[in-house]
Amino acid sequence: MQEKRIIPCLDVCNGRVVKGVNFENLRDAGDPVELAAFYDQEGADELVFLDIMATSEGRQTMVDVVAKTARQISIPLTVGGGIRDLEGMRRLLEAGAAKVAVSSAAVKDPSLLAAGAKEFGRRRIIAAIDARKEAEGFWRVYINGGKVPTQLDAVTWAKEVAALGAGEILLTSMDKDGTEDGYDLELTAAVREQVQIPVIASGGAGNLEHLWAAIVQGKADAVLCASIFHFRRYTIAEAKQFLADRGVKVRL
Amino acid sequence: MIGVIDYKAGNAPSVLNALRALKIEAELISTPEALRPVTGIILPGVGSARATMDSLRELRLIPTLEEKVLGEKTPFLGICIGMQILMEYSAEGDTPCLGWLKGRVERFDGAVRIPQMGWNEVTFRRRDPILAGLPEKEFFYFVNSYYVRPEAEEVVLATTHYGREFCSMLAWGSLYATQFHAEKSGVAGLKLLKNFALLAGGEPDADETPHCLF
Repeated sequence: MQEKRIIPCLDVCNGRVVKGVNFENLRDAGDPVELAAFYDQEGADELVFLDIMATSEGRQTMVDVVAKTARQISIPLTVGGGIRDLEGMRRLLEAGAAKVAVSSAAVKDPSLLAAGAKEFGRRRIIAAIDARKEAEGFWRVYINGGKVPTQLDAVTWAKEVAALGAGEILLTSMDKDGTEDGYDLELTAAVREQVQIPVIASGGAGNLEHLWAAIVQGKADAVLCASIFHFRRYTIAEAKQFLADRGVKVRL
Repeated sequence: MIGVIDYKAGNAPSVLNALRALKIEAELISTPEALRPVTGIILPGVGSARATMDSLRELRLIPTLEEKVLGEKTPFLGICIGMQILMEYSAEGDTPCLGWLKGRVERFDGAVRIPQMGWNEVTFRRRDPILAGLPEKEFFYFVNSYYVRPEAEEVVLATTHYGREFCSMLAWGSLYATQFHAEKSGVAGLKLLKNFALLAGGEPDADETPHCLF
């Protein structure tokens, strides 16, 4: 069976890492290329860059950052944020991204996932789903960075994106994101049970038990983490050893 | 010089990045003329078996590839779908493939997630120059829904378990192929690429494989 993955996520805005990063041992904590290289060296299984502004001027900057980063790291890099069409996907993939994550644009035009999968291979297309619990067993999908509610239920939408051609789902709980009190295990498990593609749990990691719970109880195939690594609360090696000691298969 | 077959939107740029980080002379190739002088060939895949076969035909690369790899025994490394299309047939899109090796490409079935996406352990069956410096087992990065089933057991260089045991690396003379993405597999992947470059007569500048890319 396959190893569970630990994936640090960097929020990038106009070519700089933003949102709480605290690295004393790096020359410039705000440089995504340098941070990516650091995490690669530490043993991260993959990396995610989220372009949180995704303005039109910012997009070329992101392509440049991806190109620079891809030359520095030897693990897969996923890029998400502001990808609206095949051309946007192509630019990032050709710059060296291993995968692209699409969220709002896929909700607005689901055929984009199918077109992307056909053009680039479904392995390279991730559907990012941001959801908030609004009733028992109902998580509403939000778009535009969590600002705009849709009529979609996250579990149903997950099944649909898998059918359309997404190769993986990046599932973020908006309720948990930033709280550091653990992933939404119920949401993760609900989605994971309904799709055949891998699910990356995101939002809420505050300690290593949370990672374990997302994998064992939430059944996640991978966990996305930000602040627990950015603030050096744990190293990636510590996180992996913690999981391995509890019987989770990870790449050590 | 190593030629990396380039289809638009394939992962050739990633492979090229990895080679250049190792200071291996390499170039993206998309014409038969450019393919002729290379001393080693890397074939990544794009999209699906069918898309990859279509692209190779469209670029008119197949006759020159066959001449160089099967005729002149130019060292060759297929990656992911670039491995799968070496078989006779792929169940992905019901696609006839190159048929350089006898066998088929099948989809994973049973209780596993498809696609397999992430790190998995590769167990080598025997030593080979391309594995110099690697231990008997090593983690590599996989992204695949299909796997190869070669007819001849002796071409299987390594296996991996994902729901079932499957062939994760092929070797037949100077023909090599990996189901995993060496170019995304950290230090171990770089070592493998460097070993391939040495087989292909490339002369990487550094004496040692770097521990990381920076």
